[in-house]
Amino acid sequence: MSELITQPWSWWFSGTMIAVIMFFLLYFGQSFGFSSNFRTICAASGLGKKTKIFDINWKAQTWNLVFLTGAIAGGFIAKQFLSTGAPVEISQATINDLSKLGFAAPVSLQPPEIFSLHAILSIKGFLVLAFGGLMVGFGSRYAGGCTSGHAISGLSELQLPSLIAVIGFFLGGLIMTFFILPYIFN
Amino acid sequence: MKFIKFLVLGIVFGIVMAKSEAISWFRIQEMFRFQAFHMYGIIGTALTLGVMGVALIKKFRIKNFRGNPILFYPKDNSVIRYLAGGTIFGLGWALSGVCPGPIVVNIGYGFFTMGIVFLFAIAGTYLYNLLKEKLPH
Repeated sequence: MSELITQPWSWWFSGTMIAVIMFFLLYFGQSFGFSSNFRTICAASGLGKKTKIFDINWKAQTWNLVFLTGAIAGGFIAKQFLSTGAPVEISQATINDLSKLGFAAPVSLQPPEIFSLHAILSIKGFLVLAFGGLMVGFGSRYAGGCTSGHAISGLSELQLPSLIAVIGFFLGGLIMTFFILPYIFN
Repeated sequence: MKFIKFLVLGIVFGIVMAKSEAISWFRIQEMFRFQAFHMYGIIGTALTLGVMGVALIKKFRIKNFRGNPILFYPKDNSVIRYLAGGTIFGLGWALSGVCPGPIVVNIGYGFFTMGIVFLFAIAGTYLYNLLKEKLPH
């Protein structure tokens, strides 16, 4: 039993749990959309005073900030109590492709080539994370949602705008993966 | 105390994201290279159940915990904002290996350098709002 918990969880169980979380949020009068938190943090930190778009009633979004806090705690619990620390078992084909870009086979969930302290102390390493975050934040607000708001909630409601957004997610992801990453890492 | 249910849901979300390895840069690379079913299985399962559940909520007019009907609001019609915004989001997703939820789950997991991604995601949100009037929507 404990092995069932500490090994990586199956796609079908994880996908089911995400749907369950979405339905609980609907039942509790809210909707599943994580990137709204970035806007809420902007508004709550007073940035809203300069741009009227942030001049929203951010306190109505407190539930989502609480959800965010829980997500941080969930990551901590998963690491401390529910995992063995074994490296992520991605396919050999991906390991081979990434080795051509200078990435060693996984030793944990994340590549030290990007996320170690050593990596981010170089200008290139810092810019990778900075631009990555900047585009995620900018793009999710421009598109009006992220993976949770569009790919899960919006598509579940069969909304055409969400389908267009998800097509964009993949368009951007494929361009980065096949045309830009080879120039950044080699 | 009315927020405790959202704390619990957030904790479950964080655990599921971490334990499914959906917070891993490697898994996102594997997904965009179409070299494993794993991520598609997670999203596909959530979506299949989501479509069925939303249809049932609409058909049977299921109410929320306050006794009000659960409503869904159509998003504004547009192509350019969803396609352009989505593409920019996708570029960032494949580069950093995280979408917004997993950013904070990673911080809890102990990958503290993800804090840079978090701060710049907030900066990106702010930047969008500065430029909003000049962008096509």
